[in-house]
Amino acid sequence: MNDTSPAVVVGAGPAGICAAKTLVAAGLRPIVIDEGLRAGGQIYRRPFLDDGRSATDLYGSEAAKATRLHREFDALLPSIDYRPQTLVWNIADNQLHLMANGDHQQISFQNLILSTGATDRVLPFPGWTLPGVYTLGAAQTALKAQGCTIGRKVVFLGSGPLLYLVAWQYLKAGASVAAVLDTAPFTAKLNLLSAFRFDPRLVLIGMSYAARLVRRGVKLRYNVRPTGVDGSQHVEGLSFKSGAKTHSIACDAVAYGFALRPETQLADLAGCSFRFDDRDRTWLPVTDETGRTNRKGVYLAGDGSGIAGADAAEISGELAALALIQDSGAVADPGRMSVLAGARRRKAKLRDALEKAFPFPENWFEQVPGETKLCRCEEITVSSVVDTLHGNDLRELNRLKALSRAGMGRCQGRMCSAALAEVLSSTQKLTLTEIGRLRAQAPVKPLPLSLHEGGA
Amino acid sequence: MAAHHSRSQFQRHFRRDEAPIPFTIDGIAYSGRRGDTVLVAIMSVTDRLRQSEFTSEPRAGFCLIGACQDCFVTLACGMRVRACTTPLEAQMAFITRESGNE
Amino acid sequence: MTRRLSADVAVIGGGLVGSSAALALRRAGLSVILIDKGFCGAQASGVNYGGVRRQGRSAAQLPLSQRAHQIWPRLKELIGIDGEYQRSGHLKLARTPEDFAKLEHYAETVKSFGLDLELYTGAMAKARFPWLSGNIAGASLCPDDGQANPRLVSPAFAKAARDAGAIVLEQNAVHAAVRANDGFALQAGADCEITCRFLINSAGAWANKIAADFAEPAPLSRIYPSMVVTEPLAPRLPVSLGEEGGGFYCRQVTRGNYIMGGGRGYALADPDFSRPSTTAAQSVMKRATALFPHLAGAHVIRFWSGTEGQLPDNNPVIGPSGTTPGLFHAFGFCGAGFQVAPAVGAVLCDLVTSGETVTPIDAFSIERFRNMSSQHNEKKGTHNETVE
Repeated sequence: MNDTSPAVVVGAGPAGICAAKTLVAAGLRPIVIDEGLRAGGQIYRRPFLDDGRSATDLYGSEAAKATRLHREFDALLPSIDYRPQTLVWNIADNQLHLMANGDHQQISFQNLILSTGATDRVLPFPGWTLPGVYTLGAAQTALKAQGCTIGRKVVFLGSGPLLYLVAWQYLKAGASVAAVLDTAPFTAKLNLLSAFRFDPRLVLIGMSYAARLVRRGVKLRYNVRPTGVDGSQHVEGLSFKSGAKTHSIACDAVAYGFALRPETQLADLAGCSFRFDDRDRTWLPVTDETGRTNRKGVYLAGDGSGIAGADAAEISGELAALALIQDSGAVADPGRMSVLAGARRRKAKLRDALEKAFPFPENWFEQVPGETKLCRCEEITVSSVVDTLHGNDLRELNRLKALSRAGMGRCQGRMCSAALAEVLSSTQKLTLTEIGRLRAQAPVKPLPLSLHEGGA
Repeated sequence: MAAHHSRSQFQRHFRRDEAPIPFTIDGIAYSGRRGDTVLVAIMSVTDRLRQSEFTSEPRAGFCLIGACQDCFVTLACGMRVRACTTPLEAQMAFITRESGNE
Repeated sequence: MTRRLSADVAVIGGGLVGSSAALALRRAGLSVILIDKGFCGAQASGVNYGGVRRQGRSAAQLPLSQRAHQIWPRLKELIGIDGEYQRSGHLKLARTPEDFAKLEHYAETVKSFGLDLELYTGAMAKARFPWLSGNIAGASLCPDDGQANPRLVSPAFAKAARDAGAIVLEQNAVHAAVRANDGFALQAGADCEITCRFLINSAGAWANKIAADFAEPAPLSRIYPSMVVTEPLAPRLPVSLGEEGGGFYCRQVTRGNYIMGGGRGYALADPDFSRPSTTAAQSVMKRATALFPHLAGAHVIRFWSGTEGQLPDNNPVIGPSGTTPGLFHAFGFCGAGFQVAPAVGAVLCDLVTSGETVTPIDAFSIERFRNMSSQHNEKKGTHNETVE
């Protein structure tokens, strides 16, 4: 390696850990920056404190992988510059702007691997802002990291592999699972047959959750459309349609989501080009199969470069690091790179099949009542967005944000941009590609006004 | 802001016997557990974190991983912290009366 | 297939100046085509700070500014929304006695224009504005100045122009504008040919290409403000605030967010897009915490910037072309165009319909740059006046 500034890895989930491990194996000492208190990312998140649960209790079928990755990361500690609880809030001119302990820091990079992961993809429905409604990922995080459930009697709603997994984890932990409501039709699950070809173990495990839930007497329903959360101060029940009939289930919490959406703000600020991805139904940074971007020295890995899951994240983390090593003039094993690239392609095919088994609800906009809040932060309703759109004949997403305020709040559109795009494309009969994407703006997350210069 | 709601939203299943960590909400004493985030500590004793700025609706966080920014709470010293990613510390004093348009 | 359009007036640039001109011209009965390379009100006039301020302007600008002052309260009637316009007052702070002397001198200079400025020494200012903190040597209040939401106002002018019958062409860059027959011929977008009798060049930071096409380039450069907005907070700051010297300006909107700015941003690889510099944003944040200790615990949620046209004498170009009859320019507002823009639109309408205007605009003639070397063009803006 012929430059002096160290390689930087942002994110310490499976992609970031594997990237760091690969860099260290090549003799580098990367800086690893992570928002979390402990490495592992969301999927292999570790509790703040050991609470007596085993790895199997925490990670189920993925316990061996979690344990291995945690061990590997711990072993890397002497060889990396690890910065936990540190937010990268801006990238400009090959500088990372960081916040750690309320202090501002800046580091320059020549080479950067962004493994920023994903968050829950959600769509608004009436009552989704009420206390007791959380994302599926939130429900899982509460249990995994804090040993809590989000309520006593929980409804699981939406689409995606997490739906059945988290419901099962809740049941096992002692919570009551009021129902599992899948927004996709049962027939969508037939697509698991094609997923089976690519990863039989994963598919069988996934299907076993549904079977176990049924065996424990949990009601599973398909083709469900939520019509509202009952309760004015907190969740008291959930109303939904299944077929022509309307049902209501008493519960005190709802966990819901529609799979994941990538966190791409830093790639955007770093100057990466984007393309629309049909499968993820969103804009993704453009990369080659190793994770190289159009920006020299910037590489992407993991779900932040397209949703592919934890196993694929490990592969892409290693690949991005090998590409970085190769581009820096050192020797990277080309055979290894092509094996990894092949494995990555197979994971992509698995994802294609899973996406069909757990589809995004395409008719969401036709069904959502206008008074539903679309933007949680700014409290902008669906009908207010539609009025703004019609009144100004808007055809571009950033203009809709500017005029409607949806997406202008603290979360910078993380929670509502998918819905905002659906509203615009459905209303104006434009494709999601034609309406464009929300441009990222620093800071990617709120910063204290008092953030001041610290050491670098 | 409305009176406090004694109904706890979150249910603890593990770490129940960890050392208690005292904190207050609007002057009322509660205790969390060692290893709690601020969000879990508050939601284990009540059913809300804050009121929304524009409609004063109760809010209780949403994503729990620092993405949705829905769970900022205010400390008596004026500092604001994101409840889901901030570890609970002893004697934290949360206030719910000062924020947004009232 | 070529789209052929014809109108009395073509306006290049759908910012607040071009849109308000288009609206005024429609109301005067002329046919209008308003053309924007992107979206109307999406550049400087839609992303600026939102200060609706006369205080601090040079005497040359004040007649124009006073004309605008009469228009702002009529927004609802003109464009259908009030644009969150409020006469909150504009308070200009002086950090040092020297700065306060400048405020006193300014008040004396502009006395005849009727801004009704109120001067306060440091102690008086803190008594009158108890939320003020930090080192204040004095302040000057213009009670009837105020603020509005540019994000809403500027597109609403374009919408009102369209509703009044103007043809609005967005995402249509003008690649060629030439004198033809009795007027002008333009080529815009992929396939649009436009003919018009009069042409208005209100293309903001992009206006100089058109001026140069008509052999009168101006030394126009670009500036990028650095803007910061906080999360919504309890209402506390009743006025729009500026500082002598221009390092910091701040207002709190009715929804509770503090909008603040100061310093400069920078252009991206595509120079039509810009970002605030972190250094500038952080100095804004630092000044805000010094002035408002109650904000110490608050969070900022977004930075932004925009692209504004700057001219070396800090005055805009407004008025007829020196080379080409029927062509009118209005650009280069140097970061202070928002308040005057509706009056500029009215002036342009006067000029097109009658060849003259009651508002003095001689100081803004493009002819003042006639003998300037063209190497000034596109030079990076260096000075640091208030952008609000």
